[in-house]
Amino acid sequence: MTLYFLNFVLLIIGLYALVVKRHIVKKILGVAIMEYAVNLFLILLGFKKSGIAPILTEDMDLRTFIHTAVDPLPQALVLTSIVIGLGTLALMVAMAIRLYERYGTFDMDEINRLRG
Amino acid sequence: MKEEKQSGMTFIVKTITNLIVGFMLVFGAYVVLYGHITPGGGFPGGVMIALTYILITLAYGRKVVESIVSGVTGSIMDDIGAIAIIILGFIGLYIGGTFLFNFLPKGTPFNLFSGGYIILYNLAIMLKVGMSLYIVFLALAILQRVVTTRDETKEAGK
Amino acid sequence: MNVVLLLHSLLVFMIIGAFVTVEIKNMLSAVISIGAVGFALSMAFLFLGAPDIAITQVIVEILSLILLIRATVNVDNVAIELKGESVFHNRTALIFVGIILVFSWFAFGSLPPFGEPLMRVSEFYLYNGLAKVGATNFVTSVILDFRAYDTFGEAMVLFVSISGAFAILRRWKREQNKDFLRIDREL
Repeated sequence: MTLYFLNFVLLIIGLYALVVKRHIVKKILGVAIMEYAVNLFLILLGFKKSGIAPILTEDMDLRTFIHTAVDPLPQALVLTSIVIGLGTLALMVAMAIRLYERYGTFDMDEINRLRG
Repeated sequence: MKEEKQSGMTFIVKTITNLIVGFMLVFGAYVVLYGHITPGGGFPGGVMIALTYILITLAYGRKVVESIVSGVTGSIMDDIGAIAIIILGFIGLYIGGTFLFNFLPKGTPFNLFSGGYIILYNLAIMLKVGMSLYIVFLALAILQRVVTTRDETKEAGK
Repeated sequence: MNVVLLLHSLLVFMIIGAFVTVEIKNMLSAVISIGAVGFALSMAFLFLGAPDIAITQVIVEILSLILLIRATVNVDNVAIELKGESVFHNRTALIFVGIILVFSWFAFGSLPPFGEPLMRVSEFYLYNGLAKVGATNFVTSVILDFRAYDTFGEAMVLFVSISGAFAILRRWKREQNKDFLRIDREL
């Protein structure tokens, strides 16, 4: 259970960076840390003690494989989640670059002041 | 006297890029095609193909890579990947009764052509993911010049 | 070596790396530090029995490092960090974070113990995967056959986010001189 708690500490560090920091790229890094924590939590839920990866090889018996394989369903969810995280990171970086061109700074408080 | 602008990186980087681009493309194709036997599949393979073209962009500059795969070609291949998934879904609807029904024969395990339409679906995902990330990197790479000129005007104005 | 002990040490390394990322003043160092966190995460995936995910995480980490360095290069970043954030925001955030962490310890006690997953849905996938699909990689057969519609939705989400990035980066050309000429000719 301490593994779940350490993973939650990682999520909280990312949330702290997203809320408190002024620099836009620090907020983007906070979102990336939160994504790492969420993906790790899903894989931690599906782990089986002394289990093997859910990929059948030629020298394995099917019965023992079914009883010792790790859960394949969270891995299927996390695989697409990682690539979607990359897509949203590209979108956030595009927004940050556009804000820099428009206001001349990466500072969120300065941008809020300049917007009026 | 006309000055030739050096684009891209140094000669060492260009030589190494020449050597490893072929290996990267072949390994990416292997991860995609054998996705139903070994770990991998369409998603990591597509990102590897995108990374190959991004490596050529970083080492040689935008003009060279646009003569290989231009932004318009990448966008068209991206759309072909998305439409291919929809076509596979409708063929499955016509044959089996549900959208995205597995309509190809199953074959023997550990063979390349086993698992039905998984290999075609992996190829469509590879086109979609790979070309999307490549063209968004091309779009982000244009603005480098704009960011530096704004810095220069800020320094001149001080 | 014990897998659980290794996972604990990897998680402690990731927490230290995340803390360095959040607090360091130089932006390039912060981006490199998040690269370290991502690669340690890929090692953790490998020890948890997920080789597909480990390959995907390494490749995606490299690409996101390239994108993040693109966003921070050539810009004067240290001046914003030296201003610091307001003390009130800092202290309030830390108090709330502490309260959440205390209550989360009790919440995680109600999950099934680590290493004994319930696997109510996955038993069907493991028993019938080879007979119904014929692929030996069970993760691929779950993504692309049993749950193919979710993967289709994911491809569409990627499509929308990349179109959004393009819509943001588009620049409108302002041809003001040509507009004046056109108005003169119409008059």
